[in-house]
Amino acid sequence: MKAVYFAWVRERIGKDEEVIDPPAEVVTVEDLIAWMSRRGEGYAYAFEKPRVIRVAIERAHVGPDAKIAGAREIAFFPPMTGG
Amino acid sequence: MGTVRVQHEDFDAAAEARTLSAGRRGIGALVTFVGLCRDEGGRLAALEIEHYPGMAEAEIARVVAAAEARWPLLGLTAVHRHGSIAPGEQIVLVAAAAAHRRDAFEAAEMVMDYLKTQAPFWKRARFIDGSAGAWVEAKSSDDDDAARWSVPESP
Repeated sequence: MKAVYFAWVRERIGKDEEVIDPPAEVVTVEDLIAWMSRRGEGYAYAFEKPRVIRVAIERAHVGPDAKIAGAREIAFFPPMTGG
Repeated sequence: MGTVRVQHEDFDAAAEARTLSAGRRGIGALVTFVGLCRDEGGRLAALEIEHYPGMAEAEIARVVAAAEARWPLLGLTAVHRHGSIAPGEQIVLVAAAAAHRRDAFEAAEMVMDYLKTQAPFWKRARFIDGSAGAWVEAKSSDDDDAARWSVPESP
């Protein structure tokens, strides 16, 4: 699946997007954030406060319990500050 | 039904309002809200507004549809800019038209409140002294503003 990053999540990880292939035991968004945070220093920094991170699957907001199976595009970003 | 645009270019709020109301004689109230870039006491050079293309439009459209389902509107337009925006420039427009003012006021306010917390935009300040400021932090008061619209209204 494609992972895309925005704002300070993007800056901390150091890339806009990448293809990720989480193992089968990573089932929910919450699992995925925990797995992502172990991928390296930048990831650990980006996901140091997992509850702050917002996630979207196929460009729609999802909660931490959402299942990631079959997702094509999953986005990680901070709370939004538009308007 | 409503009009939603996400763009870098500036918009003409008066022209958007005219387009919304043109030929619709049932409209008795037209509310336009324009959000501007503050200069933060003269320190701000620009706001850099990042967005998630595709999702930004989709989320604003969802909020617009929710407002149209809730109030008897005769028109609703939302435009949000992205990229570098200087102090004094316009950032966001919401225009709501209805037969009566209360519906137009409330719809415009709800769209703004939801847009701030649900539409994927992120602001970062750039200061006149050349320093890049931190990303603007989300305010819990904005969540409170959005949450009040989800409380069912008493009959």
